[in-house]
Amino acid sequence: MAKQIEVSDLDAYYGSHKAIAGVTMTIEPRAVTAFIGPSGCGKSTFLRTLNRMHEVIPGARVEGKVRLEDEDLYGPNVDPVSVRRTIGMVFQRPNPFPTMSIFDNVAAGLRLNGRFSRSELNGIVEESLKGANLWNEVKDRLGKPGAGLSGGQQQRLCIARAIAVRPQVLLMDEPCSALDPISTLAIEDLISRLKLDYTIVIVTHNMQQAARVSDKTAFFNLAAQGQPGMLVEMDETSKIFTNPAKKATEDYITGRFG
Amino acid sequence: MTVQTGIQPISAGRRVKDRAVQVLVYLAFAVAVIPLLSVLWLVVKNGLKRFDVEFLTHSMRNIGARDAGGGAYHAIVGTLEQVLLASLIAVPLGLLTAIYLVEYGNGGRLSRIISFFVDVMTGVPSVVSGLFVLAFWVLVLGMSFSGFAGALALSILMMPVVVRSAEEMLRLVPNELREASYALGVPKWRTIVKVVLPTAFTGIVTGVMLAVARVAGETAPLLLTVFITDSINTDPFHGPQMGLPLYVFDQAGRPTDTAIDRAWAGALTLILIVMLLNLVARLISWWRSPAKRGS
Ligand SMILES: Nc1ncnc2c1ncn2[C@@H]1O[C@H](COP(=O)(O)OP(=O)(O)OP(=O)(O)O)[C@@H](O)[C@H]1O
Ligand SMILES: [Mg+2]
Repeated sequence: MAKQIEVSDLDAYYGSHKAIAGVTMTIEPRAVTAFIGPSGCGKSTFLRTLNRMHEVIPGARVEGKVRLEDEDLYGPNVDPVSVRRTIGMVFQRPNPFPTMSIFDNVAAGLRLNGRFSRSELNGIVEESLKGANLWNEVKDRLGKPGAGLSGGQQQRLCIARAIAVRPQVLLMDEPCSALDPISTLAIEDLISRLKLDYTIVIVTHNMQQAARVSDKTAFFNLAAQGQPGMLVEMDETSKIFTNPAKKATEDYITGRFG
Repeated sequence: MTVQTGIQPISAGRRVKDRAVQVLVYLAFAVAVIPLLSVLWLVVKNGLKRFDVEFLTHSMRNIGARDAGGGAYHAIVGTLEQVLLASLIAVPLGLLTAIYLVEYGNGGRLSRIISFFVDVMTGVPSVVSGLFVLAFWVLVLGMSFSGFAGALALSILMMPVVVRSAEEMLRLVPNELREASYALGVPKWRTIVKVVLPTAFTGIVTGVMLAVARVAGETAPLLLTVFITDSINTDPFHGPQMGLPLYVFDQAGRPTDTAIDRAWAGALTLILIVMLLNLVARLISWWRSPAKRGS
């Protein structure tokens, strides 16, 4: 199910503004890869290029290659919609569909994409909510609006919604930044379980979180103010946090800047 | 001048200003509401005299110049048909235009041009839309006066209102919802149909109702396109029809008291119809809103 992502020499632009330049990396399957780096260095932008969400923004474009196993995601005949179906995404701010119930939110990706019988849907929704560690809290009120949940519950609802379509990769952009420590812990537990089945990429500003959940860590930085962001180094998380190769990485994780 | 520090009571000057502004606000409110209420009161008072079953179920056919009796059934039917037809034309067109402007236009050249013309259309006086339909539909194409011609004129007036209000509502839908949908692998058009439109639904319905209310009372364009008749004509595509605003206009121009009473009753009927439509729209929004399902 999980697949490896290979990025080579990727640039991303917003209009004429180059936000990231020359990123090359390999993201391992069945592992958690964390992106860290100061604000504005292009972590979100890079994450969004991985499932072609970047080009949704007017004027935004990408140069370079992203391969999922042996498929070129930016190939000329590739349907971006199918890419997004394969590579799911969880956003920084929980964004359940306000007009839908909890059940419908989880079923949304399936319903909007094809026909499923009620019993199939019931099964997948229950499984996804269990997968997102939310089932016990909501099983008695599946018909109630998704927007009526707490922030942490909403975020887990969004995770359930993302895994309900059975993606091969799950991208998460600061999924815990709006959450309390207990919800954060719940989501970190969830990530550790999900990595058995999925390739997971997580952007985080929380160094402890990166150290706790990830196997690999990539450090992004701006070469200088006004310059595009770039990948400084990427390695085993334990190595990045104890013995990074670059001085900038060490300065950042020890809190000397950023 | 000394800078005061620490916690202090509200100064007398601020108290006076607060009072004065409060009085002004209430006054402005009263000034705005008094004419509205007095119009409503006058219409109800004068309209109730003839607002009876006969009025609602009979036309003016064979009612002589000085006769009492008669009714506005033909005009009610006409207004309902004309407004319905106008909505059937203007709402889909307006909604699609708004969807183009918000979801596909991206502030490009075409969308700026469309936006500009929608603004221009908003300012078109209602007679002009009637004249346009008269010139184009009736005189050039040689079609007859009909309820449909009236509906065409009304739809010209309705469309910019629908576009503007729907556009505003669509822009209020947070981008995060669209992105959430795209990220699930949902194509753009399905995202619009299944996520964006339902989210903006209540607001769009309200906008449509405002547009309906605006055109339901239009007289001038109908005068030029629907003509006037005293008989029931349920076919909006052939022959002159009546409409409530025309009915009021026609009856109010007649010299007898019975006709004036009918005009008042016609005005009352028109107000009631618009209010009823509003109520229906509110019910629809309420029934569709997630709040109804409880939280
Ligand atoms: N929609 C956009 N339009 C134009 N420029 C953008 C847009 N989004 C981001 N940028 C620019 O791209 C650069 C990278 O932004 P990005 O959001 O990827 O940073 P980030 O590393 O995720 O920061 P943070 O940690 O604060 O989330 C910034 O200079 C930003 O100003
Ligand atoms: Mg970001």
